[in-house]
Amino acid sequence: MKILVAVKRVIDYNVQVRVKEDNSGVVTDNVKMSTNPPDDNAVEEAVKIKESGKAKEIVAITVGEEKAQETVRKALAVGADRGIHVKVDGMIEPLAVSKILQKIVDKEKPDLVFMGKQAIDDDCNQTGQMLAALLNWPQATFASKIEVKDKTLEVTREVDEGLETIEVNVPAIITCDLRLNEPRYASLPNIMKAKKKPIEQINAADLGIDTKPRIDQIKVEEPPKRKAGIKVANVEELVQKLKNEAKVI
Amino acid sequence: MSSLLIAEHNNKEVKPFTLNAITAASQIDPDLHVLVLGHNSETVAKSISEIPNVKKVIHVDNEIYNNYIAENFTSAVVKHAENYSHIICSANTFGKNLMPRIAALLDISQVSDIIKVISADTFLRPIYAGNAFATVKSNDAKKCITIRPTSFEPAETSGGSAEIVKGDAGEQSNHTKFIKKEEIKSDRPELGTARIVISGGRGMQSGENFKLIQDVADKLNAAIGASRAAVDAGYITNDHQVGQTGKVVVPDLYIAVGISGAIQHLAGMKESKIIVAINKDGEAPIFSVADYGLEADLFDALPKFLAELNKLNTIQK
Repeated sequence: MKILVAVKRVIDYNVQVRVKEDNSGVVTDNVKMSTNPPDDNAVEEAVKIKESGKAKEIVAITVGEEKAQETVRKALAVGADRGIHVKVDGMIEPLAVSKILQKIVDKEKPDLVFMGKQAIDDDCNQTGQMLAALLNWPQATFASKIEVKDKTLEVTREVDEGLETIEVNVPAIITCDLRLNEPRYASLPNIMKAKKKPIEQINAADLGIDTKPRIDQIKVEEPPKRKAGIKVANVEELVQKLKNEAKVI
Repeated sequence: MSSLLIAEHNNKEVKPFTLNAITAASQIDPDLHVLVLGHNSETVAKSISEIPNVKKVIHVDNEIYNNYIAENFTSAVVKHAENYSHIICSANTFGKNLMPRIAALLDISQVSDIIKVISADTFLRPIYAGNAFATVKSNDAKKCITIRPTSFEPAETSGGSAEIVKGDAGEQSNHTKFIKKEEIKSDRPELGTARIVISGGRGMQSGENFKLIQDVADKLNAAIGASRAAVDAGYITNDHQVGQTGKVVVPDLYIAVGISGAIQHLAGMKESKIIVAINKDGEAPIFSVADYGLEADLFDALPKFLAELNKLNTIQK
C-alpha cells in the first residue's frame, strides 16, 4: 500500500496566541511554528504501518507558503519517503486545500490518505471529510485506533458518546485523533538523512485550483476577558463563596 | 429561501445539541425545516414537529439510516439541499463528521463552529482554541454552517405543530460498514449540558482516585469532565474530555481539580460562568481563569469539600 500523509504548519501549540492591534488576524511574526499536533499522529501511524510491512511508501504533503516545507521535512525525518510541497501564499480555506489534495491523489494514487482531524489554528475540522467527498472515498474521522486488514481498515473513532468502530474499504481517508499513538522524535542521523530526501515543489496555480477565499475574515478580536478572580484560604471559604457570593450551589 | 437543519437522534429521541442548533438556525432564518434521516424513527419526526421554531419536518425513513454513516447521510442531504439557502447542524462529533462532506459536494466553503449569528451571512467563531474570535462573512450563495451548541440556548420542545412530509432516501455507500458503538451509560447529567461540571486532571494520579471526583459529582448532581492528560493516562474514558479537541462546556459552575490549565483545556471550559480551580501549584495557569482558586493538595481538599457540602442544608439542583 501507498500512504499519503498531509501535514500543516501552524503556530506551536504552546504559544499564547495574540491578536493583532489592527484586528486583521493574529500575530505570526517571530512566533514559533510547528506541525499541527494531530498531523504528527497521522505521520506516526503511517510510519508504523510501513514498519509492519503493510505499506511500501509514504509520501508527505503540505499546502502553504515557502516555510511550510519544514513540516514535510520533519515527516521525512521520522520515516516518510518523499515529500510534496504545494505552494500557496496567504490564507487558504479547507475546501481549496481538499481540491489541491484531490489533484495530488489523482496523480499519486495512494491507497490511504492520513491527516490530523483538525488544525489548531483555524479549528475548522473539514479538510479530510471534504477530500473524501471529492474523491467519493469512505472516511473514518477522529481515529484513535486503526487496524489494517487486507482490503479494509477497522477504525475506532472517538465520538461524543464514547467509541464507535467502523470498517472502511481501501482507498480511504483517515483523520487522526491525538490518542491514536505517541509520535516519535526524529533522531539526529534521521534528520540528516531527511535532508537528502526529495521534496517536489508544485505551484497551486499550476494545478488549476482557485484558492481565493470564499469567506471574508472581517475582523479578529480578543475574546472577552474574564474578571480577575481571587484565591481563597481554605475549603470552608470556597464553599461559602460558592453558596453566598456566586450562588451556584 | 428556507434553512435546512440536519437532526441528530438515535431513532427514538432527538439529541439535545440539535435543540441548541435549532435556536441558532432560526436566528439565521425563521423559516426552518428539519431533515430527519432514520430508521423506524417516527417518534423523532413527531417530537421535532412539536418544536415551535420548526416550520416543516422532512422525514426520510430507510434502513440505511439505522446507524449514522456520514457517506449515507451526505447523499440524502445533498438530494434535499437544492431549495435551501443554509444547511445547518450542530458542531459536535456528529456534525463535524458530516457537514464538510456535504459542503464539498455542494462546492461550499463551510463556516465551522459558530458562536453567534450576526446576520444571515456573517457569524462569530472562535479560532486558535478560543484565544481569538473571528467575524466571518460567507460569500457562497448557499451556506453550510455548524453551530457550537453550548453557545445557544436549547429550543422549546412543545407547542409547535409543523407539517411532516416524507422525503426520498439517498444512495447507500458500500464502502463503509458500521460495526459497533460503545456508549458509556451514566445516570449523571450529560457533560455538554450539565449545570455543574467537576473535572480531574493529571493531578488525580490514578483512575481509582477519580472516586473523589465522583463523590462530589454525586452530591452536586454534576457531570464529570477530564483533561486530555487524564484521558491519555487512562484514568477515565475519552467521552469525558473537555478541551479544544474534546467537548466544550459552559456550565454555571466548573470545578477544575488537579488540572494545570493548558491552552487546549481552557478552550473547552473558559466560558463557564463560575470557575473554581483546586491545585497545589499556585502558579498553575488554571488560576488565571478561575473566579475562586484554592491552592491545596486535592487529596486533602476534595474530602473536606464534600464534608462542607454535606453541611449545607440545601443544594440547588
